[in-house]
Amino acid sequence: MSIAENIEPLNTQDILQVNNIEVIYNHVILVLKGVSLTVPKGGIVAILGANGAGKTTTLRAISNLLHGERGAVTKGNILLDGQEIHNLTPNELVRRGCIQVMEGRHVFEHLSVEENLLTGAFTRKEGNAAIKRDLEMVYDYFPRLRERRRSLAGYTSGGEQQMCAVGRALMSRPKMILLDEPSMGLAPQLVDEIFEIVHALNQKEDVTFLLAEQNTNVALRYATYGYILESGRVVMDGEAKELRENEDVKEFYLGVGGEGRRSFRDVKHYKRRKRWLA
Amino acid sequence: MELLKGIFQYPFEEMANGPAFLLQVLWEGFVAGTLYSLLALGFVLIFKASGVFNFAQGIMVVFAALSLVGFHAAGLPAYVSLFLALAVMGALAWTVERVVLRKLVNQPDLILFMATIGLSYFLIGFGEFIFGGEPKSMITEELGLPTGSSVIDIFDDIVILQHLDIAAALIAAILVIGLALFFSKTRIGRALRAVADDHQAALSVGISLNQIWAIVWFAAGIVALATGIMWGARSDVSFALQIVALKALPVLILGGFTSVPGAIIGGLIVGFSEKLFEVYWGGLLGGGVEGWFAYVVALIFLLFRPQGLFGEKIIERV
Repeated sequence: MSIAENIEPLNTQDILQVNNIEVIYNHVILVLKGVSLTVPKGGIVAILGANGAGKTTTLRAISNLLHGERGAVTKGNILLDGQEIHNLTPNELVRRGCIQVMEGRHVFEHLSVEENLLTGAFTRKEGNAAIKRDLEMVYDYFPRLRERRRSLAGYTSGGEQQMCAVGRALMSRPKMILLDEPSMGLAPQLVDEIFEIVHALNQKEDVTFLLAEQNTNVALRYATYGYILESGRVVMDGEAKELRENEDVKEFYLGVGGEGRRSFRDVKHYKRRKRWLA
Repeated sequence: MELLKGIFQYPFEEMANGPAFLLQVLWEGFVAGTLYSLLALGFVLIFKASGVFNFAQGIMVVFAALSLVGFHAAGLPAYVSLFLALAVMGALAWTVERVVLRKLVNQPDLILFMATIGLSYFLIGFGEFIFGGEPKSMITEELGLPTGSSVIDIFDDIVILQHLDIAAALIAAILVIGLALFFSKTRIGRALRAVADDHQAALSVGISLNQIWAIVWFAAGIVALATGIMWGARSDVSFALQIVALKALPVLILGGFTSVPGAIIGGLIVGFSEKLFEVYWGGLLGGGVEGWFAYVVALIFLLFRPQGLFGEKIIERV
């Protein structure tokens, strides 16, 4: 099966390596307490976890957008294609082919959909012809955007805005997209539609994805590998298929069974207690 | 009763009886309006891109005009001086971005505003140190700007149009059209509007805020130079000019801080209304209305339409 081949832990095949990073906000608030993860070339890796687990922070640490939120990586390192990217500006990072789609879409509301897409090509130096071609490519993946190309992005629906945000990122011709919470506030059908497109982009355009998701169910269906984050630590990781089958993940994140526990860490205690009582 | 007539009857009779004089007043208002528009335009550019009210815009006008006059006084031809003055504004933009804005990224807007106040005091001191404090006359003729005037016979009366004023209006129009095209058609212009919309998102797609800010300050510098030449040609180039720049504030409140068309329309409204009010109603209040009228209009506007005539549409989806 192709999924199994994709995640062979060959270091040369890893596009991104995050080694034991620690992130502190406002000089005092410790949010990530040593997170490590690797993303293989051509994979779709999911970071899962509840609100406040540190998913967004992890993505921002990679894309270097932490600065704007008064956060800083204080320990560990992040390698893109084997090179340290800690000190790069987002601009340089986009040039190197790593771009983030932010949580909550963040389209440019007063620009038309097409203008939004074109801003994604800001860092590119090729002529207009190449950019036109890619614009068509984006419209082929997102036919709805073609229909709405002239309307102000602020007036389009949530799903269209999410598509616009992903399309805009695509316009930079990235090797890797950091996708933060693509399902946020969208109807289940639209969530599937967007994940289908993510899957297609991964297969046909060779784009690697690292996505943060609360919707564990969908994310594990499309991802090849998953990390579960809780309170700024990776508490579990594994192939998506394994995670899907895992009893604890099932109980706590997929809503199968379970009796209102609060934390993944409690699972073991809970199990032990249950066994004891039984 | 007499007061009511003074407000509602006599001024209109006066207008009807002297249509040529009314035209003259309207023309004066239009000219003042274009200059206000130019001033406001400089503020709008910077406010749009960085959310900062640039207190230093007024002194930038003075500084640009002084460098132009200064280079010419040093014996350079007028057009070379113009080019060098542009270069000075470019260098200023680059320095401000490097030394001030870059250090203050993500600080509250108020802190940036304070920084521009500091910048304006620095420029006042620096300008006086280099160019001296005394007023200078603008090199109007050397720049090829017309100085004569035409007399138009109309309604058995005359209207006088200064050629300089016509040139000012034309230059303002060209500048505005140029900027509008730059904003809507070019890659940098698009990025500029993107930054104005959402800083974080602009960063995330790889737009370099530093580059954009430097460009915007340079554009504001060009506008400042144009304003300085026009205003300087009508009076003198002196540091008092920067006080006039505060007139841009009511213009901005009227037109909206983020709108280029708003700055233009707002400027014209202020120009027309204050001239008309001064001439026809000013007597009731003992004259000198021109100085404060714009601010009263702005206050009234704040009550009813705080985002201004053309302020950014507040997009709300339901």
